[in-house]
Amino acid sequence: MIAETGLAALWLAAAMSLLQLLFGIAALRPAGAELLRAVRPVAVAQALLVGIAFLLLIQLFLRTDLSVALVAENSHSAKPWLYKFSGTWGNHEGSMLLWVSVLALAGAAVALFERKLEERTLVATLSAQAAIGLGFYAFLLFASNPFDRLDPAPLDGRGLNPLLQDPGLAFHPPTLYFGYVGISIAFSFAVGALVTRDVGPAFAKAMRPWVLGAWIFLTLGITAGSYWAYYELGWGGWWFWDPVENASLMPWLAATALLHSVTVLATRDGLRAWTVMLAVVAFSMSMVGTFLVRSGILTSVHSFAVDPQRGAFILALLAIYIGGALALFGLRVGTVKEGTTFEPVSREGALVANNLLLTAILGVVMVGTLYPLLVEAVGGEKLSVGPPYFNAAAGPIALLLVLIMGAGPLLRWRRDRLGELTRRLIVPLAILAASAGAVLALAPGIGLLPLLGLVLALGVGAASLAPLWKRNLRRTPLFTWGMVISHLGIAVSLGGMASESAFSKEVLVAARPGETVKIGPYAIRFEGVEPVAGPNWTAVEAKLNISRGGGAFVLRPQARMFTAPPTETSEAAIATRLDGQLYTVIGKENEGGRWQLRLWWKPFVTLIWLGGALVALGGFLALIGRVRRGGRKAARIDEAWA
Amino acid sequence: MKRKNQRLSLLILAIAAVVAAVLLAMSALKDQAAYFYAPADVARQGLPLDRAVRIGGMVKAGSVKRAADGVTIAFVVHDETPNTIPVRFRGIVPDLFREKSGVVAEGRFQPDGLFVATEILAKHDENYMPPQLDGKSGEHKSESLK
Repeated sequence: MIAETGLAALWLAAAMSLLQLLFGIAALRPAGAELLRAVRPVAVAQALLVGIAFLLLIQLFLRTDLSVALVAENSHSAKPWLYKFSGTWGNHEGSMLLWVSVLALAGAAVALFERKLEERTLVATLSAQAAIGLGFYAFLLFASNPFDRLDPAPLDGRGLNPLLQDPGLAFHPPTLYFGYVGISIAFSFAVGALVTRDVGPAFAKAMRPWVLGAWIFLTLGITAGSYWAYYELGWGGWWFWDPVENASLMPWLAATALLHSVTVLATRDGLRAWTVMLAVVAFSMSMVGTFLVRSGILTSVHSFAVDPQRGAFILALLAIYIGGALALFGLRVGTVKEGTTFEPVSREGALVANNLLLTAILGVVMVGTLYPLLVEAVGGEKLSVGPPYFNAAAGPIALLLVLIMGAGPLLRWRRDRLGELTRRLIVPLAILAASAGAVLALAPGIGLLPLLGLVLALGVGAASLAPLWKRNLRRTPLFTWGMVISHLGIAVSLGGMASESAFSKEVLVAARPGETVKIGPYAIRFEGVEPVAGPNWTAVEAKLNISRGGGAFVLRPQARMFTAPPTETSEAAIATRLDGQLYTVIGKENEGGRWQLRLWWKPFVTLIWLGGALVALGGFLALIGRVRRGGRKAARIDEAWA
Repeated sequence: MKRKNQRLSLLILAIAAVVAAVLLAMSALKDQAAYFYAPADVARQGLPLDRAVRIGGMVKAGSVKRAADGVTIAFVVHDETPNTIPVRFRGIVPDLFREKSGVVAEGRFQPDGLFVATEILAKHDENYMPPQLDGKSGEHKSESLK
C-alpha cells in the first residue's frame, strides 16, 4: 500500500506543478490578475505532496519492503538502520526523487517567504520553477519510477555498495542537492524577471539571499564530499578531478560569480544582463552535472546504473530548459537597460575581474570534463583528462583570482586610486614578501604552484582581514563579517592545499609484525593483524603502535570484506593533530607473512576542509545579515504606512 | 568612459577571457590528456613515449609476480589479439585486481616496451568494468541493474 500511495502522491505533485504553471501563465495575462494569489498555495501543495512521496520511499527502505524493485535491488535486511535510511538516495531513482523534492521545496520556500519581489515577477518565477519540475516529474514517472513493484519478491535484497555504507551518505548528497538544485531558484528568478522585464536593483536584492542560501549548501556539500572521498577511498587524495566532482564544482563556480555580480547589481545597478545570464548558466551547470552523473555516461561510484534511455531523456530536458532560457534571454536582453558605468579601479572593477576569472576557470573545467565525452562520441577514441591538465590550466587562473580577492574588498565603490590601495595593503604585502622568503629558506626545493599557494595563502589571508582594520567590530555589519570570513576561508583552504601538495610524505612497505617504520615525525610499529567483524562485514585489522616524541597511541586500519554485495574495501585509520594528519591503510598479505602498509603524513591537510567550512560560515553570517536588514527595512515601511 | 563603450568593452573582455581560457585548456589538453591503449593499439601504432597514457586489458593468467620488496608487482596485460603489454606497478593494487580479470592502468611506457604504472584504477564493485573495456571483451561486459 505504501508504494501505491507514494506513487499517487508523486502523480498528484506532478499535476500540481502543471497547475502551478498554467495558473502562472494565466495570471500574467491582463485578464488573469485575480489568479495571482492562487499560485503561491499551489506551489506549497506541490512540495507537500512530493515530500510525502519521498517520506514514503524512506519508509519502504526502513522496512526493507522487498516487493518494491528499488528496495530489492539496492537494500538488504541485514544492513544497519542508518544505511537503510540513507540508502533511500543511494541509488538512481531515489536520488532523482530527492532532486525533485528539493526543487519543489525550494519553490515552496519562495512562495512562503519571498516578500520583496514584485508580485507578477514572483508568479513568473514560480511558473518557471514549475516548468522545470514538470520535466523531472515526467522523468521520474516514465523512466525512473522508484515505486515499481517486483513480483515475486526476492528472499533478500542485493545490498548497497559498501563504499556508500558510511555516515557520509546521510549528509553529503542531501546537502549537495540543496545547493545544486536550490540554485534553480536563481534560474527561475532570472526567467521571471525577463518575462516581466523587471531586471534591476530590487530584483537583485530579492534574489541575493536565495543565491546565498543555495551557495552555502553547495559549499558545504563539496567540502563534505571531498573529506568523505579522502577518508573513505583510502587513496589519501582529497580531490581527484573526477567528472562527478567537476559536476558539483561547475555550479559552484558559476554561483560564486553570480553571488558577486548580484552585489554589483544590487548596490550600483550595474551588470544587469550579465547577472541574468549567470543565473541561467549556474543552474544550467547543475543540469549538466545531473546529466553527467545520472545518464550513466560516466562509470563511477555515483552512477548507479547504466541506461542510455535515461541519458537521452535528461539530455532532452537539458536542451529544452537551457535552450529555452537562452532564447528568452536573447529575445529580451535588448529590453534590459544598461546599468550605470564605473571606473576600472573600483570595487565594481574588482568584482568584474572576479567574474571574468571565475568564468574562465569554469570554461577550463568544463572543457576538461566534456572533451573526453565529445572525442569519444565523434571519433570513438578513448582518452582521459586528469589532474595534470586541471592543475596546469585552472591553477594559475585560480591563484590570480585569489590575489584579486585580497585587494577587491579594500577598493571603494565607483572610483579609487591604485596608490591608496597599496597603502591599505602595506601590511599584507609585507607578510607576503616575508612568507615568500621564509618558505624559500625552509623548503628550497618547493615547486612553483605550491610556493605561490603558500605565499598567497598567508598574504591574502592577512589582506582578507584588512577590511576590519580600524573598524568598530561590534558595529560592523554581519554581511561584512561574512565576506571577511569567507575570503579568509579561501586563503586557509589554499594554504592547506599547498601544504598538502608540498610537504606530504608517503611510505609504502611490506612489513612483518614487530617491524618499525618512520614517517614524518612518527615512528610506527606494526604489531600484527587480527580478524574483526561488523554487522554486515568481516575484516582484517592491523594494530599500529605510533609514537612521536613522548606521546604514543594506536591506529587500527582495516581491510573489510562485505557480504552483500560481496566487496572488499579498505578503511583508513586517521589520526588528526594540530599540525596535520597521519593516514594509514593496510593492504594485502604477501608470501612470508608480510603485510603491505601505506602511510601518509600530511601536514596541515585539515586546513582544506576547515577553510571550506569557514567559507560556508561566512555565507551563513552574510545571509543572516541580509535577511535581518531586509526584515528591519520592511518593518520600518510597515510602521510608516500604519 | 562613455556609456556605450563600457558595455561593449566588458563584452569583449569577457569573450577574450573565455577564449583565452579555452585556448589554454586546449593546449593543456594536447599535452595532458591520457589516451587509452589496448595491447593491439600499441602493436599497431607503436609505443607512445612522450606522454602519460592509460592501458587496459585482461590480466594474463599466471603472469602476476611480486618483487622482493613486497610492494612492487609485475604482470602482463593481454587482449583478444596475441599482443601483450608487460606492466610494473609499485603500490597497493585495488581489491578486485586479480588474474583473468579486467584492469586499467595509468602511467608511461619505457623505451623497452615496459609499462610503468603510477596508478591501477580502482574498481568499485564486482560488477564494475572500466568503460574503456566495455566494448572490447564481450563476456566481461559490466552488468547493469536494469
